[in-house]
Amino acid sequence: MQKVITDQVAELLAGFGRLGNFVGDMARSLRDFKVWLGLTAVQMRRIGVDSLPISLLVAAFTGVVLALLSRYIFTGAVPMYFVGTLVGKAIMMELGPVLVCLALAGRVGASIAAELGTMRVTEQVDALETLAYDIQSFLVVPRVIAATLMFPVIVAFAVTAGLLTGWLTSVTLIDLSTVDFLKGLRLFYQFKDIWFGLLKSMSFGFTIALIGCMKGLNTRGGAEGVGRATTQAVVVSAGMILVLDALWAVLLL
Amino acid sequence: MGCFVVVIVFREVHKAFGENKVLQGFSLDVNDGETIAIIGYSGSGKSVALKHIVGLLEPDSGEVEVDGELVHALDAAGLRALRSKIGYVFQFAALFDSMSVADNIALGLRRQGLSEREIGHRIEESLALVDLAGSEEKFPIELSGGMRKRVGIARAIALRPQYILYDEPTTGLDPVTRAMMDELMIRVREKLGVTGIAVTHDMKSAYAIADRIAMLYHGRVRQVGTVDEIQRSHDSVVRQFIEGRPEAAADAGATQASL
Repeated sequence: MQKVITDQVAELLAGFGRLGNFVGDMARSLRDFKVWLGLTAVQMRRIGVDSLPISLLVAAFTGVVLALLSRYIFTGAVPMYFVGTLVGKAIMMELGPVLVCLALAGRVGASIAAELGTMRVTEQVDALETLAYDIQSFLVVPRVIAATLMFPVIVAFAVTAGLLTGWLTSVTLIDLSTVDFLKGLRLFYQFKDIWFGLLKSMSFGFTIALIGCMKGLNTRGGAEGVGRATTQAVVVSAGMILVLDALWAVLLL
Repeated sequence: MGCFVVVIVFREVHKAFGENKVLQGFSLDVNDGETIAIIGYSGSGKSVALKHIVGLLEPDSGEVEVDGELVHALDAAGLRALRSKIGYVFQFAALFDSMSVADNIALGLRRQGLSEREIGHRIEESLALVDLAGSEEKFPIELSGGMRKRVGIARAIALRPQYILYDEPTTGLDPVTRAMMDELMIRVREKLGVTGIAVTHDMKSAYAIADRIAMLYHGRVRQVGTVDEIQRSHDSVVRQFIEGRPEAAADAGATQASL
């Protein structure tokens, strides 16, 4: 039993070591900006624009549920304009960034791992290297930078959608006036409510893309290996989002 | 004996993947301007040897030298410079499936910093050399296996390499396409004067394209010689392989499995 635990801890530490090396290699490749700059724009569209529909969907329905949940909690105990407060704080600071990024761990993380994994097992990654390209600057840097920059943008749109559906739900299903909803929304508002969520999203984007690239490039075997890498990328990314979420809360709240 | 300039050297190369010892003291010299075929059973380490030349793999021990430089000792810039001298044709072509044929060929040329005009010229020229003129806008998914391999060759020769490495160039092709590939490799050598290494287990192809043939067996070179010398070999292992006698394949399979 003790050996099993020791082995697992050793494997975990080795995993962090590999991650550290990978990040180091990526940082060194930043100098090769002639290669990654143009490719980053393509990835920003793929990761950013193409992820908007699922992100808006997640946030919109979260807004509806949050408004109804607030009514359920507050009825008879707390003034109803606090619905706006709860919807605003929860969507901007926690549920918007975390739920959207968990969904994007599936969409973006899986897509990166599957794409790079397929390239690895079909020797396209080797072919890139033989054409004198650095795979970090050609494949990894554009994806990681694009995700880091685009995730806060996606989350900002998603948060807006969540607030809108929260407001619509409040005025149509809870009989709360727009004035009361906005009063609640502004009640304890601080600028930190916004940047805290966006900062978290940035870190989630960085992590999801990094793990997707790492798992994809380390794929071994054929289709089964690609499937395994993709699953691992999603599972590890989702876990890391929750860990980072807690870490940001400890550090900044 | 003629005076040969040795340009690629494998010196006592050992390479293992876990318990599987693939190369066990592999040594071979490749002379300037020649085409050498490395033959051997499937899984005997031929492709592994090839990947050491471009630094895709590092030896566990031993050395691989290209143009007097130790490949595994090169830094990133050195490795990039080395790779720009080598064209690598992969077993399944390894074309970038999200790019057109023209973009596949252009990728390596853009890395060399050529102008778009020169790149266009090179694409046209190399596609013409592999009899695929006019295929610039096609995507890999639209091409047959043989055509993909020819695009792979076009991508390699567009770089105007000093060396060209073929990994199983005729595997999986029908006899006619295979003969066309052999003819193409000979044409590439004649027109560009490149030094070539072809990894294959197709003896017909090896006899057609190679000046010398080296047989890899149990991780080492079993015999190396001219096509004529290999055809007249008295070595029982070489004879069994080139004659394609199944008892030898069974023995080799058992040996590989036990490694």
